[in-house]
Amino acid sequence: MAPRLKLFLPLILFVVLAAFLFRGLSLDPQALPSALIDRPLPEFSLPVLGQERLIGKGDLIGEAALLNVWATWCVSCRVEHPYLLQIAQEGVPIYGLNYKDDDAAAARWLADLGDPYRANIADREGSLGLDLGVYGAPETYLVDAEGVVRYRHVGVVDERVWQTILQPLYRELTGQGSGG
Amino acid sequence: MRLLLQVALLCLLLLSFNARAVIETYEFSDPELEQRYRQLSTELRCPKCQNQNIADSNAPISQDLRKLLHQQLEAGADDDEILDYMVSRYGEFVRYRPRFSGATAILWLAPLLLLLVGIAAAVLTLRSRRSQRQAAGPLSRDDEQRLQDLLGKTEKDS
Repeated sequence: MAPRLKLFLPLILFVVLAAFLFRGLSLDPQALPSALIDRPLPEFSLPVLGQERLIGKGDLIGEAALLNVWATWCVSCRVEHPYLLQIAQEGVPIYGLNYKDDDAAAARWLADLGDPYRANIADREGSLGLDLGVYGAPETYLVDAEGVVRYRHVGVVDERVWQTILQPLYRELTGQGSGG
Repeated sequence: MRLLLQVALLCLLLLSFNARAVIETYEFSDPELEQRYRQLSTELRCPKCQNQNIADSNAPISQDLRKLLHQQLEAGADDDEILDYMVSRYGEFVRYRPRFSGATAILWLAPLLLLLVGIAAAVLTLRSRRSQRQAAGPLSRDDEQRLQDLLGKTEKDS
């Protein structure tokens, strides 16, 4: 029995290895688990883009909202922009985090392409981005009414991402938030 | 005159121009801090360009992290504080030497396990070989006879 088992050992090893490699094909190595999931947003106090006033964590709390990290130098942000306009029109509150950008360029972008954001946080140095663990734009965080980060999506938010991932979570949060 | 020019041109060839270093340099108040900066920046992994540490990477996020590392070192933070700070933002992923936990146990223990498996395999193989040799034992009378015949035959031939 033992020698026959030994004969099949290479085959067994191959099958195990192939199973792991096959699984690896469908994994996205860029998708990192966020360290911030189910933890409150970090405290911050940064200027609102194009305004004199400051905005802080308290201004974002109150209802479930999206926090979208974007910049004018980010090509994919332009790709997702029309879709953000669309979901903002459907009534989803979106806050912008203008990440390491030039204020004038950002204002021009919003004037030209439309403004889906409730307000834009001007994070010129990327300090809030650092606290959020942002490593590239675009990134979109789903924050609940208490200011706890519930989900983070790295990359473009398009119809597929919104309908399959973000919207179900958002509905769940707003359903709980309004008591219905 | 021409020789002089030739020599001058040859000398020009000897000059090498370093590729402009892409990585910025930081001034440290203490050489010991610089040492720790080197060590930590090779141990921290760039979250964007996944197979580089932040010392080698020129991604904007790595530049930010190096700047932050420099600030924290100068502010007097110890290594654990800095690593905790990074891990709380970018997750355990950011460390090339992750902490021992349920998820990383296989990383830490796999070499030891493989070594044990190897030793076990070697011991088993050697033992089975020895027992095979012992099982062979002395030759039977028939075999002895055949051996003698064969030996005698070769002697005759030569």
